[in-house]
Amino acid sequence: CLLSVTMPHSYPALSAEQKKELSDIALRIVAPGKGILAADESVGSMAKRLSQIGVENTEENRRLYRQVLFSADDRVKKCIGGVIFFHETLYQKDDNGVPFVRTIQDKGIVVGIKVDKGVVPLAGTDGETTTQGLDGLSERCAQYKKDGADFAKWRCVLKISERTPSALAILENANVLARYASICQQNGIVPIVEPEILPDGDHDLKRCQYVTEKVLAAVYKALSDHHVYLEGTLLKPNMVTPGHACPIKYTPEEIAMATVTALRRTVPPAVPGVTFLSGGQSEEEASLNLNAINRCPLPRPWALTFSYGRALQASALNAWRGQQDNAGAATEEFIKRAEVNGLAAQGKYEGSGEDGGAAAQSLYIANHAY
Amino acid sequence: MAHRFPALTQEQKKELSEIAQRIVANGKGILAADESVGTMGNRLQRIKVENTEENRRQFREILFSVDSSINQSIGGVILFHETLYQKDSQGKLFRNILKEKGIVVGIKLDQGAAPLAGTNKETTIQGLDGLSERCAQYKKDGVDFGKWRAVLRITDQCPSSLAIQENANALARYASICQQNGLVPIVEPEVIPDGDHDLEHCQYVTEKVLAAVYKALNDHHVYLEGTLLKPNMVTAGHACTKKYTPEQVAMATVTALHRTVPAAVPGICFLSGGMSEEDATLNLNAINLCHLPKPWKLSFSYGRALLQTRRQPRRLL
Repeated sequence: CLLSVTMPHSYPALSAEQKKELSDIALRIVAPGKGILAADESVGSMAKRLSQIGVENTEENRRLYRQVLFSADDRVKKCIGGVIFFHETLYQKDDNGVPFVRTIQDKGIVVGIKVDKGVVPLAGTDGETTTQGLDGLSERCAQYKKDGADFAKWRCVLKISERTPSALAILENANVLARYASICQQNGIVPIVEPEILPDGDHDLKRCQYVTEKVLAAVYKALSDHHVYLEGTLLKPNMVTPGHACPIKYTPEEIAMATVTALRRTVPPAVPGVTFLSGGQSEEEASLNLNAINRCPLPRPWALTFSYGRALQASALNAWRGQQDNAGAATEEFIKRAEVNGLAAQGKYEGSGEDGGAAAQSLYIANHAY
Repeated sequence: MAHRFPALTQEQKKELSEIAQRIVANGKGILAADESVGTMGNRLQRIKVENTEENRRQFREILFSVDSSINQSIGGVILFHETLYQKDSQGKLFRNILKEKGIVVGIKLDQGAAPLAGTNKETTIQGLDGLSERCAQYKKDGVDFGKWRAVLRITDQCPSSLAIQENANALARYASICQQNGLVPIVEPEVIPDGDHDLEHCQYVTEKVLAAVYKALNDHHVYLEGTLLKPNMVTAGHACTKKYTPEQVAMATVTALHRTVPAAVPGICFLSGGMSEEDATLNLNAINLCHLPKPWKLSFSYGRALLQTRRQPRRLL
């Protein structure tokens, strides 16, 4: 138990003004019909993406690729509430010398920044990890805030196997997420809390639901212990799904029911929004599942929307293939997926009716780490 | 991470969840008529009535003999053990009278406080020994929900982390055992109003306590949809010089719940904790008018606040 013997209350973590600022930012990001573009792939992750389309992983190519996404026109204003940047991208500009941060902000979209520094092993466990990045985090957040960021993201990773996630992995990752969240809020930055449970494995839907409930209960206890202001946070969880190698197939409605049930049992209503990660689902799957979640008959007190990386970008990446001539068409692909997910976030998506193509290809990468 | 050991079957879950929803359906609340013998002694002494089993029986008979329209506002009644087996003057069992009125019968299950050594007079609650067998018997005797009251107090040093943790754990054990026996557990972590602390401090403590309670319920695999919460409203201490309006009490209360109670919990039935009947009702009303999202039913589980008036007229006899 992390509480000290006494119960100080004369030490509020945040003033009323700070709370209001955080809560306003969070609500702007998850305003009805809006979600997040996760464009924060690390250099290593971008290497994988670009190699799949035969493009060299240079800083310039990464800049050109993000430019494809950020040059989307005003149609994205109604479906994108926030964009998560990688550090390098926060300081890059478009071909006209306009900083990407400005372009995004001018569209009324909130700028976010990935602040974790990747996973490190937990000794004595079966390949489990925690996430680093707390050192100097306050100073980094203060600087990012000055440089235009109003929210941050930190990804923890858990995996399901016979003996995992272990109690230590759950506890340690929950604690580190809570420390990160607390530090962010001290610097006017809304923390997106991401306790991802990987879809690797052959476990069924029930198992994933069980584990997700345990993990989220630990996360919210840790956030409470660390005096984090829930109204000024967002949650970025996995949807509850079977493992990739599970032979049983489930419908979007089953996934929706398992997901919403897990959240209802663990996520306090004070949390303004839940922005799901796509975790290797295909673009279409990620949209259909989000749509089913928003049509689930159980009462849902938080916004339920997207924070998608691969599931917003796969078609765009494929259309671009590193060629500037394709940039316009690639941007259109991104806008299309953004609009579809904006509808799905309201339960209004009717499905594409298409089979195959980049939209249906599974974007699963084994043991995904940035 | 065992998952092949579900605590409850689908049928068990369905039964529990239906009972819980019946209790809080349509704005109904709970009559807490489960005063122990000692507590009844306090109550009866104030109206100069001797604390005998017969007097206690007669008093409860007054409550339970109201006409059936009571089932529009009362979804459940909590009984004390003795009362479960008492009858009215016609020889009819109280519990059957209540059931016929469509009211769910509940039972107080805890066995009072025990001190926590090494703390500043803090306590935990006893009653886990043989609890499963007791629950099974109560279920056979017509009971469908249980109640267990943990007590925490606010001072400079309290509640300590031990008191919070220990009471949360005992509540979770009790809840788990109840559910195994088909009883819906009402979880009552009362933060008592004694003291001169202000509203903000009570809110802070209530949030910490409830966070610990729901973590413990999760750890113990309790099925939240088949439970109810009976918390204190967030109020200033009795000796606090500052006065607050029902709207302030409501906002502090709903904010605290909002930050800690998962939406899966079907209903929250506030205790009255020594508030006057009028205050208890005004506060509950303000709570239901509060604009924050409230995914659970917000109702009452009142003892003194429903019964005060009923006791007074007897003085004239």
